[in-house]
Amino acid sequence: MRPILMKGHERPLTFLKYNRDGDLLFSCAKDHTPTVWFADNGERLGTYRGHNGAVWCCDVSRDSKRLITASADQTAKLWDVQKGAELFTFKFDSPAKSVDLGVGDKLVVITTDPFMGLPSAIHVKRISGDPSEQSDESVLTIKGPQGRINRAVWGPLNRTIISAGEDAVVRIWDSETGKLLLESDKETGHKKTITSLAKSSDGSHFLTGSLDKSAKLWDIRSLELIKTYKTERPVNAVTLSPVLDHVVLGGGQDASSVTTTDHRAGKFEAKFYHKILEEEIGGVKGHFGPINALAFNPDGKSFSSGGEDGYVRLHHFDQDYFNIRI
Amino acid sequence: MAIDTVSMEDIIASASRLGINLNDVNLDSISLPSAQDFGIKSDDEDLNEEDSLEFEGGFGNIIVVDNLPVVPREKFEKLEGVVRKIYSQIGVIKDDGLWMPVDPATQKTLGYCFIEYNTPQEGELAKEKTNGYKLDRAHIFAVNMFDEIEKFMKVPDEWAPPETKPYTPGENLQHWLTDEKARDQFVIRAGSDTEVLWNDARQLKADPVYKRNFWTESYVQWSPLGTYLATVHRQGAAVWGGASTFNRLMRYAHPQVKLIDFSPGEKYLVTYSSHEPSNPRDTHKVVLNIFDVRTGKIMRDFKGSADDFAIGGSGGFAGVSWPVFRWGGGKDDKYFARMGKNVISVYETETFTLIDKKSIKVENVMDFSWSPTDPIFALFVPELGGGNQPARVSLIQIPGKEELRQKNLFSVSDCKMYWQSNGDYLAVKVDRYTKTKKSTYTGFELFRIKERDIPIEVLELENKNDKIIAFAWEPKGHRFAVIHGDNPRPDISFYSMRSGTNTGRVSKLTTLKGKQANALFWSPGGRFIILAGLKGLNGQLEFYNVDDLETMATAEHFMATDIEWDPTGRYVATAVTSVHEMENGFNIWSFHGKLLYRIMKDHFFQFLWRPRPPSFLSPEKEEEIAKNLKKYSKKYEAEDQDVSLLLSEQEREKRKKLKEEWEMWVSQWKKWHDEEKMERQKLRDGEASDEEEEYEAKEVEVEELLEVTEEVLSSDYGQE
Repeated sequence: MRPILMKGHERPLTFLKYNRDGDLLFSCAKDHTPTVWFADNGERLGTYRGHNGAVWCCDVSRDSKRLITASADQTAKLWDVQKGAELFTFKFDSPAKSVDLGVGDKLVVITTDPFMGLPSAIHVKRISGDPSEQSDESVLTIKGPQGRINRAVWGPLNRTIISAGEDAVVRIWDSETGKLLLESDKETGHKKTITSLAKSSDGSHFLTGSLDKSAKLWDIRSLELIKTYKTERPVNAVTLSPVLDHVVLGGGQDASSVTTTDHRAGKFEAKFYHKILEEEIGGVKGHFGPINALAFNPDGKSFSSGGEDGYVRLHHFDQDYFNIRI
Repeated sequence: MAIDTVSMEDIIASASRLGINLNDVNLDSISLPSAQDFGIKSDDEDLNEEDSLEFEGGFGNIIVVDNLPVVPREKFEKLEGVVRKIYSQIGVIKDDGLWMPVDPATQKTLGYCFIEYNTPQEGELAKEKTNGYKLDRAHIFAVNMFDEIEKFMKVPDEWAPPETKPYTPGENLQHWLTDEKARDQFVIRAGSDTEVLWNDARQLKADPVYKRNFWTESYVQWSPLGTYLATVHRQGAAVWGGASTFNRLMRYAHPQVKLIDFSPGEKYLVTYSSHEPSNPRDTHKVVLNIFDVRTGKIMRDFKGSADDFAIGGSGGFAGVSWPVFRWGGGKDDKYFARMGKNVISVYETETFTLIDKKSIKVENVMDFSWSPTDPIFALFVPELGGGNQPARVSLIQIPGKEELRQKNLFSVSDCKMYWQSNGDYLAVKVDRYTKTKKSTYTGFELFRIKERDIPIEVLELENKNDKIIAFAWEPKGHRFAVIHGDNPRPDISFYSMRSGTNTGRVSKLTTLKGKQANALFWSPGGRFIILAGLKGLNGQLEFYNVDDLETMATAEHFMATDIEWDPTGRYVATAVTSVHEMENGFNIWSFHGKLLYRIMKDHFFQFLWRPRPPSFLSPEKEEEIAKNLKKYSKKYEAEDQDVSLLLSEQEREKRKKLKEEWEMWVSQWKKWHDEEKMERQKLRDGEASDEEEEYEAKEVEVEELLEVTEEVLSSDYGQE
């Protein structure tokens, strides 16, 4: 398996997202321009210029026509995927951290960081079919959790919102009323900041990665803890294979404390675990900084990782990978 | 902390009852009478508990001197002068700090006085120094701390026979040795947890025995025979042990104890603490106690300034080199010794006094080292008088203090002594100056202790200028290994104290060239050795068989900081302790270098195998077993096979269960997913939601005009 190195960002990667067809890969980084690539050969298609701060997260509509990005410049922007044109800007009073489009692409959940005395918040906005009718109005705003909310995604049928962040607690909210429905247990749950959250392809369960050096698999409806994957490094990024029972964890020693003696010290591998047996299967080396973003191609035949080192590495699996027997 | 707090409503209620308008009261202006807490405990209570003696206001600095002469008024001042003279030598008596009460009826003194010092330490010292002081024949001082008087007052006047407690048989403290699977235990410290585990190498895991949070305040240590686990606390040390779990067996009070050390036969425990001086210019005060491990009784205590216990005479470093007391005479714990300036003080444990009541005078002694088995020690004296007096290494036998052997050495810069574990051989590594005195080279003096007249052999390496990085004797054996040469790829040589035909000659076995190693770890059973590259060398490990002179395996435990063989020599633990931030935890290897299992623990501090007492088998019996090993091992091989079968069976079971569990989840999810299908479809404006249905392979032919270029082709036809 020879990875394709995609060098287009000047600063650390923050997020990766495939479109539903799996032919496009969107990447966000701390430089201000989200980029779109051909998911097959890693060719750069274009960039989305307009943000004035680090871009933390993005999501793409089911029909691959709209892209929404969340940025530290206190905005979330809606883009025309094909033309790269900016369609609308949602303005906030604090940096936007994550975005997720609901089923049907008519609703979006955006989280904002605590900033200048403002608490962190989860905002629900309506996306109108015609960009000229787009309004800035929030349908719902949820406040409450302490610290940054690193990720918020929609639950089944857009009825709930799942959030996770610096307080290490996973919460499920009612997306109509904003009421807190479920909260993960302090005992069995994560002990440190949850950095990442990824849903399974059918949206029935999700995986969270945390700086407590573990990743956990939860039921999306009951918030029951199903599996725990223990690793040796803080987890910054997680993803699930859509076809096999594999999960991938990425991370590594915090960039500020990385030693200069040996690249192995940092543990910058992407680690594959068996989803059911919770056992490590293998690892993919290559980055020379912590892995900040991971994404599986919806066809399950390739995955990409984005690192603190500014590279996106696109890996197409060898046939051997599909023959692994445990 | 349970506190009866008064609720705000109660306050308002009682305020209105008393006719007070709370709004008029400036709450900040109320100050509570001092020393009154109204039942509310202060948050910084624990601050007060610590070092309560340090407070000037306490009575810790007052001593009571009893058995003074009873004098009439006229002689009062004279007596006061005498007492003041004696006690102001020891410390500074406070102004008005000397008070001699007078009987109002007779106008005579009462025969005692109180003296108040500036610090409790001075009070302690005064008590120590003058208790039993003979002023004259009739007046022998009895000095006590004022704080203790109360304790003495409580002693009943009538003697009552103490209750005899019925005998309760103690637990079998060596129960762990009777483990059916002959496993070994180890203790680890990670975070605030201290945990004892079995090394279950067959099952490839560690089996927990006992775990406790905040078991110790600094570190833990096994006693040398493995009977006890010692913990260190602010108030003192404690030992733990027992048949099935770890109970506290004994406590040893020693405030602010820092270091502990067992005697080799684990009869005695030495504890050490160092205390800040009251005057910053003074040196630290150190206190050493020697306890009987079983009874907890203090056998002897030593107090003094840190300088008295600093070893080596060279000075330059604060604190002491531990252990201060080195135990000699093997497992009988008969002697212990410490080095002072120009002396070596040897004590014996029957009376805990110096042998012959005096120390052995050795001018400028630099270092000494006991034989691990016999009451013999070797000492090293450096060159004196600019080379006029040669350096020397001597062997001294105790209790007679005879010098068994002496060797003079010339132009020596430094010496290091290494005893073989049976006390058969002593190797002295000698660093000598070259003729120009600009550099040094190294040789070895090898003493054969057990042979007549103790012959000495000189060994020099083939390349004399090689630096010696490490030296290690084979435990119970006759071989040693040396790492020599220049980093980062030094050579490793193995020598034997016997050569093929002659048992009295040292011979080289082999040299391994260019190894990444800086430390040697022999198996406790000998024969096998790990050549390790720790610290800068990232944890390279080479498992080497010295009998066959071959490498069994090479491996790496990245960043490893510590290596420890289990007491049987079957397994090795390599650990990364919290000196590194990442990778903390330990690996367990078989003796031939197969990684058995690894456990990661954040903030990993300590890994210690539980030592085993020496075997009761005679050497002949051991040899017989070694000879018939096949017969004995058959039984264990069968057991091993059963275990591995069981293991794979269990594993299969487990996996099956996990798979079934997962299937359950999946089927449930599928059910939900199907139920919600219609709604999902609605949310998507009727677009079919499930992937498969709307996947339609459509072949689309797209013709894209990429570029149109026109080119004029010049034709030169027909132009001839």
